[in-house]
Amino acid sequence: MEGLHHDTILEPSATDSAKKKEDPNLEEKALPNQESTEDFSTSSANQSLSAEEKVDLYEKMLRIRRFEERSLRSYQQGHIGGFLHLYIGQEAVAVGSVSMLGEDDHVITAYRDHGHALAVGMDFDECMAELYGKKTGCSKGKGGSMHFFAPDKNYWGGHGIVGGQTPLGLGIAFALKYNKKKGSCLCFMGDGATNQGPFYESLNLASLWNLPVVYIIENNGYSMGTAESRHSAGDPLARRGDAFDIDWSVSNGHDIYEVRQTISDALASAHENCRPSVLEIVTYRYRGHSVADPDQTYRSKEEIEEYKTNKDPLNLFREKLIKEGNITEDQIKTIDNRAKGDADASAEFADASPYPDPSELMDDIYWETDNPEEKTSQGTMFFETPA
Amino acid sequence: MAIITYREALNQALSEEIERDKNVVLLGEEVAQFKGSYKVSEGMLEKFGADRVIDTPISEAAFSGLAVGAAMMGMRPVVEFMFWSFCYVAFDQIFNNAASVRYMSGGLINVPIVFRGPANGGTNVGATHSHTPENFAANTPGLKVICPATPADAKGMLKAAIRDNDPVCVMENTILYNMKDEVPDDPDFIIPLGKANILKEGNDMSIIAHGKAVHTSLEVAQTLEEKHNVSVEVLDLRSIRPLDVDAIIKTVKKTNRVLLVEENKPFCGVDAQIAFLIQDQAFDYLDAPIKRVSAIDAPQAYSKALENVQIPAHDRILAKAMELI
Repeated sequence: MEGLHHDTILEPSATDSAKKKEDPNLEEKALPNQESTEDFSTSSANQSLSAEEKVDLYEKMLRIRRFEERSLRSYQQGHIGGFLHLYIGQEAVAVGSVSMLGEDDHVITAYRDHGHALAVGMDFDECMAELYGKKTGCSKGKGGSMHFFAPDKNYWGGHGIVGGQTPLGLGIAFALKYNKKKGSCLCFMGDGATNQGPFYESLNLASLWNLPVVYIIENNGYSMGTAESRHSAGDPLARRGDAFDIDWSVSNGHDIYEVRQTISDALASAHENCRPSVLEIVTYRYRGHSVADPDQTYRSKEEIEEYKTNKDPLNLFREKLIKEGNITEDQIKTIDNRAKGDADASAEFADASPYPDPSELMDDIYWETDNPEEKTSQGTMFFETPA
Repeated sequence: MAIITYREALNQALSEEIERDKNVVLLGEEVAQFKGSYKVSEGMLEKFGADRVIDTPISEAAFSGLAVGAAMMGMRPVVEFMFWSFCYVAFDQIFNNAASVRYMSGGLINVPIVFRGPANGGTNVGATHSHTPENFAANTPGLKVICPATPADAKGMLKAAIRDNDPVCVMENTILYNMKDEVPDDPDFIIPLGKANILKEGNDMSIIAHGKAVHTSLEVAQTLEEKHNVSVEVLDLRSIRPLDVDAIIKTVKKTNRVLLVEENKPFCGVDAQIAFLIQDQAFDYLDAPIKRVSAIDAPQAYSKALENVQIPAHDRILAKAMELI
């Protein structure tokens, strides 16, 4: 199983990682076995979930997927520029995590941010329009794919620099504690971000100052096109929290029930004891790092197919819901049609929306220039403006 | 109105604003127990407690980013850099996060934060501790940048920076920390950002400067008047962004000759932009080409013998001024 994707291995062996390096022939390898051995459907975080709530979770995951599939089409049609980092395959992580949050819990993430944005309740239209660079976008066309924000939904972005959001999440947790709120900040990051210095600086402060921040390493196995075995020493990644006396765990991100339980435990620690956590949630992305990614240079088609066939979080959850008797085929179809319809409608909305006016280039830079009646500074703020 | 040092003026500004607004905290290396590396925050821990005056580890990326995150949530943190040179390990937090979040969120999120500390050469500490990054901070839309040169400005402008709803970089100078002057006691004494100050009026030539170069320029102006009978106007920019372009153009139109002085390095330095603005807006008023004195274009040297040459000193400025008349 080594050499392909990561797995939920808690006890790494030196031999394993040595083997990983030796064998570059990915296709001959056996595929990882990530069957979750434990059933989390009746664990404390999930036992009281009603059928409606479960179906709602499924719908949220599916809507993310349909939205992103539609955005990919729009990208291929030339409506969307720049980068498009798709979350497809990882939906259970964002939806499962966000579903556990209370009113003083906050979310911040990196550039693969559509899933989290939709999970916190941002709507298709504002997100799609942002991708199209339209005035009706959530950031008025100024942020783009990597920079979605919704502070009214406790959602603080959407950050483009790998690991750059990790101190920000710390600051959100700091502000909550300073204001005596019993809350937390879920700070999502990828496996690649675990090799950025500010992450460790943040872990140190989080533990030293007892800050309620939950670092969630969404380990999709690749830091852009570099497999975990080629980018990180030491396995699992979450174990790095140990050096700072931070509780850590590794869990299966293909199972939304397990994600919810993992988050629930970390939230309890944050809320009750103001302690941080490092959660490594193992997941997989089907698409490239971004849409422009050649993809076939660093992993095999077979690997991707294996995940799609056997580990897909939507398929797994749907099968569970059917088995539990909580969803019907009709419901599944209705949900899917609604998601596809809304995704198409959002593309139409985005397409029909106006682009921002060139004069809007200068808005939203400084609070003060947006609020001239309350301006306290003097002098010239801008040195080149649209004619 | 009391006569206090630049350092005490900063301390007063910080203390008054912490007292005034519960969202204001000071954090940085050695700001609390140690009383501040340059004693700017002396006495504040005792007065306001460890929740408001916060010692951090040597970990600029984390505590700068923490402060940005807290500011996004509505706090008003003041981050002290022991030297602005140390901001380079927190560059992403200042230049990507603090400066860009408001724009990238379409104006949904404000970042009311102050980054402050000394940004100067002249203390024989070599290249890594002597940076003057006001030019590249000012090159970043979303940031404001100020360089107060007097105790009163240090107080009034730091208070304005803390009350500002956008990120402000306050660049101080360790050599000025002991400088004494009159400073108003009024707890609402505010000097608006972006307002330059004529420290000396004159008719024959304008010297435009910021930071410690203002004081060297004043000395040169005195020499020029006393020994060469040249009447010099000295304009202290105080603020780099926003910039008081009107005051710059006004003094140029008045004296028709201009010398720009800064301790910043020359290439793409602050005065490069100011020279452009002058030729663009007052070309016909110039009786001579714009002259400029800045730090010598080498990494900051350690040796006093070298650094004294590197930083614009009285004689080098005087010689350049003489070329104008």
